[in-house]
Amino acid sequence: MAGKRAFQQIGRSPRKVDGLAKCAGATKFADDLVLPRMLIARLHRSSLAHGRIVSIDVSAAEKVPGVKAILLGRDLPTPFGILPVSEDEHALALDRVRFVGDPVAAVAAIDEDAACEAANAIRVEYEPLPAVYGPEEALAMPEPRIHDYGEEGNIHKKVALEFGDLEAGFQEAEETFEDTFFFGGNTHLPMEQHAALAAVELDGRVTIWSSTQTPHYLHRAAAKVLGLPASRIRVIACPNGGGFGGKSDPFNHEIVVAKLALATGRPVKITLTREEVFYCHRGRHPVLMRVRTGVRKDGSITAMHFKSLLDGGAYGSYGVASTYYTGALQTVTYRVPRYKFDGVRCFTNKPPCGPKRGHGTPQPRFALEVQLDKIAERLHLDPAEMRLATLQPGNSLTANFLRIGSMGLGECIRRVVEGSGWKEKFRKLPRGRGVGIACSSYICGAGLPIYWNAMPQTGVLLKIDRGGGVCVFCGETEIGQGSDTVLAQCIAEILGLDLLDIRVVAGDTDLTPVDLGSYSSRVTLMMGNAAIQAAGRAKDLLANAVSEKTGIPVSRLLFAGGRVFDGEDPSKGVSFPEAAVLAEAKCGTIATTGSYTPPPSAGRYRGAGVGPSPAYSYSAAVVEVEASEETGIVVPRKVWIAHDIGQAIHRTMAIGQVEGSVYMALGEALMEDMAYRGSRFGVHKFPSMLEYKSPTTMEMPDVETYLVEDPDPAGPFGAKEVGQGPLLPVIPAVANAIHDALRVRIDEVPITPAKVLKALSAKDRRFGPTSFPDIPMPPVTRVATPAEGGTGRALEHETAAGGVRGGSRP
Amino acid sequence: MMRLPPFLYLAPRSVREALSMIAGEGPQASFVAGGTDLYPNMKRRHQTPKTLVALRRLRELRGVRRLPGGGLRIGPMATLTSLEAEAPVRRDRPALFDAIRSISTPILRNMGTIGGNLLLDTRCNYYDQSYEWRRAINFCMKCEGETCWVAPGSERCLAVQSSDSAPILCALGARVRLKGPRSEREIPLEDLYQEDGIRYLKKEPDELLSDILLPPVDGVRASYKKLRRREAFDFPVLGVGAALRFEGETVREARIFLGAVSSSPVRATEAEALLVGKALTDESIAAAADRAYSVARPLDNTDFEYAWRKKMARVFVRDALHAVRSPAEGREADRRRDPA
Repeated sequence: MAGKRAFQQIGRSPRKVDGLAKCAGATKFADDLVLPRMLIARLHRSSLAHGRIVSIDVSAAEKVPGVKAILLGRDLPTPFGILPVSEDEHALALDRVRFVGDPVAAVAAIDEDAACEAANAIRVEYEPLPAVYGPEEALAMPEPRIHDYGEEGNIHKKVALEFGDLEAGFQEAEETFEDTFFFGGNTHLPMEQHAALAAVELDGRVTIWSSTQTPHYLHRAAAKVLGLPASRIRVIACPNGGGFGGKSDPFNHEIVVAKLALATGRPVKITLTREEVFYCHRGRHPVLMRVRTGVRKDGSITAMHFKSLLDGGAYGSYGVASTYYTGALQTVTYRVPRYKFDGVRCFTNKPPCGPKRGHGTPQPRFALEVQLDKIAERLHLDPAEMRLATLQPGNSLTANFLRIGSMGLGECIRRVVEGSGWKEKFRKLPRGRGVGIACSSYICGAGLPIYWNAMPQTGVLLKIDRGGGVCVFCGETEIGQGSDTVLAQCIAEILGLDLLDIRVVAGDTDLTPVDLGSYSSRVTLMMGNAAIQAAGRAKDLLANAVSEKTGIPVSRLLFAGGRVFDGEDPSKGVSFPEAAVLAEAKCGTIATTGSYTPPPSAGRYRGAGVGPSPAYSYSAAVVEVEASEETGIVVPRKVWIAHDIGQAIHRTMAIGQVEGSVYMALGEALMEDMAYRGSRFGVHKFPSMLEYKSPTTMEMPDVETYLVEDPDPAGPFGAKEVGQGPLLPVIPAVANAIHDALRVRIDEVPITPAKVLKALSAKDRRFGPTSFPDIPMPPVTRVATPAEGGTGRALEHETAAGGVRGGSRP
Repeated sequence: MMRLPPFLYLAPRSVREALSMIAGEGPQASFVAGGTDLYPNMKRRHQTPKTLVALRRLRELRGVRRLPGGGLRIGPMATLTSLEAEAPVRRDRPALFDAIRSISTPILRNMGTIGGNLLLDTRCNYYDQSYEWRRAINFCMKCEGETCWVAPGSERCLAVQSSDSAPILCALGARVRLKGPRSEREIPLEDLYQEDGIRYLKKEPDELLSDILLPPVDGVRASYKKLRRREAFDFPVLGVGAALRFEGETVREARIFLGAVSSSPVRATEAEALLVGKALTDESIAAAADRAYSVARPLDNTDFEYAWRKKMARVFVRDALHAVRSPAEGREADRRRDPA
């Protein structure tokens, strides 16, 4: 698919299909929905970080006028969880609470005031248990266990993988670097607070409308916990007011409203408060990292040993996958011929961590890219040049058997180096001003689904009306990223239509084929491929009918401008509606399907399920900062960022994703902090948008975006992802820029003014963690690298029982 | 969403009517001005007044009037936005203008009033939380609990005075008039506050703040410097109001107040003394900043690390004094301190 193709829709910026509604306030988010006789639900949440429930007294709550139903844990006793290996959640706590904010009881009442009053009137008696608030504490306190599954004590998951002869790699090294980093936790902070509405039909079927990124997974969880056949539950994903990974798990409140609706026979809605959104969390894991890297004098890497310790919070969520992801993608940017990864995730008594934009990879990317900056400094190399010289080549297999397709990182680096004036700035700006560079890569959809199955990851159903209108059905979820528009564009491109001719029906388990959800940067690539297939099949039907009628050979027929015509004589042809009528007359109702299954992974070892993807996007960023030596305050001045997107489907939306990623990354780099008070009952320090500091437009610098377009054969029209990848390089680039400005190393995120001042007065001019705990690891899975003639299978079998392949059953 | 508790809303037409309403309703009643502080507090169940006596309609509490002799009377119900447009504020008292412009966001300044900002409830990370959150810490001394979680040994509440207008108006020598049901009194603004996060005002609940009175400018040059995380929304975690009266080059009077480092605006008396009777030099500025640093005792109940906030007191007092000496110097200092 090399070379530019002329597109009608692709690569342009038509009005988003949902743009007018969003601007006019007409979009119906979950909380906008109102049904007759609707009740309002409210959760009573734990005020204890860890404890056993001794008794629950609902007598006062029942007396609140307007209360219609109260649910407790025993009403929904079946556990659930996004990953089959860690179904450790209950809709309401059964006998145990694990963090301040864990849901314990639910109330449905005629209005929100009554529901709030009743929820607060519930009295719970607890037997307190010792709590832990960080992974080191969790390692030191194996009892009491927060969960009775996992590796041991309060360790949820351990992963030990080794690719190639690591020691030989370190022996080849001319210098070895060992650094310790910490990446603090932060949360998604979507504008829309989670909301869900459930209603029961007369025949007992249940519909759940929810602000979810993953209606299919919610469908599965709801069926399991409610004990109903999935065929009697319909999940409709409303447009999300931002997700960023925070609405990817099935949540307590979604199942609770369904149960309340079944219990009362009335529709029940819940809208979480902002504080409750902080408790849902599933955000960035705090990760402590130790990186040992061997290099030659030219900066090329000979071996890398990466260790990560994740603070998981109170539940599994996506945590097993997150753990693998902290070790999976180190190999896809620069050549890492031999690589070892040790990952450990602990349970702690805090809201559960999970997937946030970049899922498990911003933390190791920060560590890796800051360490590379240190390596370049020690070796007297330009950090941009050093990176360019060590790139992992395109169309290659990495040491851990990830198959790289198109690889535009070199071009990305060249673009930002040129755009930022890097050569005139690096090490040349006056004190207090500096530039930093960093790079990254991200998956375009995980190769494997969350639960093991052999079915496609996405499906598209396309129906053509006699009037020429096209209705396209897909389980994808519009979370503001523009997936509805991308879907319509792909169909319009193939059939030569205007976006107004296409109706998108998305995210409805009754109406639409399954798409696994808007996570993992998978939608454009996977749904796009399925859409191309469905549209192609419809096009064939129409073309055959038109050819039969007009005598124009199918091979000469073009679809463009709402017509089907002879490419050699455009005046000959029919309108698209006429073509539709001809096709229906010839073949019957015109409806086609498309689906997409990612190619199988090259790796066959246990753990090979996390990391493989049909394609990898690449990004490079240069950040320029000003930093005050007097106060430690750091201000980003400008960001230049290049992203290898393969082919932009919608140019303006793609740039919007890049700019949004930069914005989110700057917040993580400089401000955002999921802080808890371990010495004060384990409460979240400030679960509000006022005190959880996240940048405003006032803090946002100018961003120069470069889209690098080298089409990838795996992507629809060559497209790769853009929703997550561009976040990754910005955070280490900020840290590296601060070093250029003040010659201090801040090896910990977020980089606060106090940390900068401490580094300025430290002997080693550094702020960051110094130690990494010694954790006994299970027998390592050894895999010979492709260069060593490896097959992708493990060399010796593990002894440990169970285990997963990237969160999926093998 | 968080819900307001039910309450009775009264809308008097005159100050006299307002005073009689509040007296009639008793201790369960409260005045409300712009409501930008009170309503969120009510949603969090900090205060659950049965009756609100709204001051919105009281014309006599609004507006800005020049007084004979060059002073100024500001009606406490003047919205913050309206004051930004007033020449006696914008042109004649730019430090007050800066302080007002730094409050929250334009939208909230459209509702919020100058009187409301002066009477702003003290703030604390253990207090400005929902009822449910506070239940998890067994509440705190300021509301329904017994302990001050900022410093559990503390006998008093350590919530933080967080008004931007208070330190600068104290520095400018403002006085306030309080009208009660039977009497009225006029006191220096600084005497309105006391060092207690709970009883942070020496105003009786049935007293109404009716006037904010400012002396003539008369050789006074002033500045306000605010530390906060972001350029919008955020309350100060340190605010420095400095006003110096000059005769020629000589400082005749100095008033420096630090906000957001204690439960009331803190006057840096010793630092002031180091400035009076001489020209404002780099040396005297540095000495005063050093001395002011020692009165700042921020604690771990606001944004930022408190040890760092204390360090910033020296920097901000110094820069406030540079800005008094010359606005250009002030801008340069701002840049050095915070490149934004």
